[in-house]
Amino acid sequence: MRNLTDKAREAKDKKAAIGPDVDLATFTAEPVRHDYVKDLKTLPVLDRDRLIQAGIDTSEDGRAGTYIQMDTAVVHAHAKQEGLEVIPIKEALKKHEWAREHYWKLVSVDADKYTAAAELNLHDGYVIRALPGTKAVWPVQACLYLDKDNISQYVHNLVIAEEGSELHVISGCATSPRLKRGLHVGISEFYVKKNAKLSFTMIHHWAEEVMVRPRSVGIVEEGGLFLNNYICMKPVRSLQMYPTTHLVGRGAVARFYSILVGTPGSEMDVGGRIVLAAEETKAEIIARAITNGGKIINRGDLVGEMAGVKAHLECKGMILNGGIIHAIPELQGKADGVEMSHEAAVGKIAQEEILYLMSRGLSEDEAISTIVRGFLSVDIPGLPTELQQEIDRAVDMTSKEVM
Amino acid sequence: MLLIEDLQVKLGEREVLRHIDLQINPGETHILFGPNGSGKTSLLMTIMGYPQYRVTAGRIIFKGVDITNLPINERARLGIGMSYQRPPTVNGLKTRQMVQICAGGRDVDVTGMAARMNFTDFLERDINAGFSGGEIKRSELVQLMAQQPDLLLFDEPESGVDLENIALIGHTISRLLQRDFHTDPNKSQLQRKKERTRMGLIITHTGFILDYVTADKGQVLFNGVLSCSNNPTDIFNCIKVMGYEECVKCAI
Ligand SMILES: Nc1ncnc2c1ncn2[C@@H]1O[C@H](COP(=O)(O)OP(=O)(O)O)[C@@H](O)[C@H]1O
Ligand SMILES: [Mg+2]
Repeated sequence: MRNLTDKAREAKDKKAAIGPDVDLATFTAEPVRHDYVKDLKTLPVLDRDRLIQAGIDTSEDGRAGTYIQMDTAVVHAHAKQEGLEVIPIKEALKKHEWAREHYWKLVSVDADKYTAAAELNLHDGYVIRALPGTKAVWPVQACLYLDKDNISQYVHNLVIAEEGSELHVISGCATSPRLKRGLHVGISEFYVKKNAKLSFTMIHHWAEEVMVRPRSVGIVEEGGLFLNNYICMKPVRSLQMYPTTHLVGRGAVARFYSILVGTPGSEMDVGGRIVLAAEETKAEIIARAITNGGKIINRGDLVGEMAGVKAHLECKGMILNGGIIHAIPELQGKADGVEMSHEAAVGKIAQEEILYLMSRGLSEDEAISTIVRGFLSVDIPGLPTELQQEIDRAVDMTSKEVM
Repeated sequence: MLLIEDLQVKLGEREVLRHIDLQINPGETHILFGPNGSGKTSLLMTIMGYPQYRVTAGRIIFKGVDITNLPINERARLGIGMSYQRPPTVNGLKTRQMVQICAGGRDVDVTGMAARMNFTDFLERDINAGFSGGEIKRSELVQLMAQQPDLLLFDEPESGVDLENIALIGHTISRLLQRDFHTDPNKSQLQRKKERTRMGLIITHTGFILDYVTADKGQVLFNGVLSCSNNPTDIFNCIKVMGYEECVKCAI
């Protein structure tokens, strides 16, 4: 641990390779007190509504466990199903050797000032783990909530699907109505062990003056499957992330899906990189971006290092009402016989489609939101129905709001 | 009733329709003939309200309302519906949802309607995505079945349709226009004809549709001018023998 602290200190002013630089000193990292909530139903209604928008069901029906953190404090953490663990990371690092063995093993603590600050200011975060062979019936839900104005929240999450297990996580981020400005830095490390299956669905729900710098890396072993869904359809001042996944075992598969909506004043720089480093691995990155006046940079990078790997990247953007979409798809084939392709398109909504729907009785606004809804809707094979429903609900809400 | 008076229409800088007069009374179906590029699609799109077809003179009255400048969705709400020749694909919009949209707020049996058109397998596909010519026509008819318009505009409903489905398409159009023959113990065929309210305007190239749908009148559009109005089968036979150019000279 000492070693980590030293490395972090050395990197504390190291700017990130991409994205606008954030002056961390303008936010307060001081711990904020929030009481632990035993019964989720006793949460204030206002907060509860925000959680629901981020996919968190406070009734916990259809959920296998819950983690909620407000600002810097854990307010709830428990698992409902045998074989699943939901533990605050500070507690896990103290108590469990296995947690320490997975901490900062995929993401480098000195990658940039944000990783460094996350180590130096660690405000907790979740460890969600499925023990070997455990099949989660329901998704585990997690929420990282920003409540106090001008706060900086530094969290570190570990998601571990042990050998032969199946784990689904929905992780929402949200802000309280009183918060205007804030910073969220989240380190996430994903471990998909041999023949395990992990789906991770993240729904971000920020506010206009919030800066967001997630840093995440995943690893998928032999026969493992990692589905990673990311949805951000609400305003955010600046979001920059470039999650990376390494497929290191034979036949490992990763699929990334992202849905981005850029509202005026928002700047999003979202990428996805999958490294296919073992035989028979497969990867797919599918991105949908709509801008309503915001700026979206959508990166995708597939790296094929072995013969016979298969990878596809698809990035589609739609400019609705001004704004910029910059699609940067990249393919790197590093061996004979890789099969890699990409498809990128940026356009506007087709007038012909609007008129077609209007001739079936929809108003112009209804027609546009129907087309937007269709554009954003992606079928994600292997995703539990509850999570597909959360995504559909978020898409529905947004496609009505874009007008 | 649909009443078109001295209609002139421009598409871009090009005059595509000139001095069109047309009247379709409640219960009537008209067949529209004309060579390629004569303006048939333009006429239907203008009636439906597509804004790129600019009306430069004349007017369109439907059910007593001057709809010349009405937006397309308000015309749909007044009861005008169209079966397109090449409708656009809407990605992510399932055919089932599209049929529900056509029904407005009404509760309709989408699966049942699709089954009648051999179209059940397509309900979960994105509307028009990769549909063949014939599949598009069947999809359009399922949509009109849900929409139930009072004036139905068909743009070459039989083009691209295989022989197996042509009868199905023909009979469906006939039923949509209240022109199908079926026995009703309570009504004579004459009575049913008298009660017919639906109006139709059908573009046909091949005339195949005439084998299935009875029509009251035929119209020939030539160079943007409606030149002939007569019994549809007579017109079709004349075109077959003499060609469009000679045929329009018969204008009465
Ligand atoms: N998008 C377009 N731009 C310019 N001219 C067009 C366009 N579509 C059709 N036209 C022209 O308008 C005229 C009428 O076309 P249309 O109504 O489609 O004829 P029809 O349906 O009888 O074949 C033709 O000369 C055609 O070439
Ligand atoms: Mg035509």
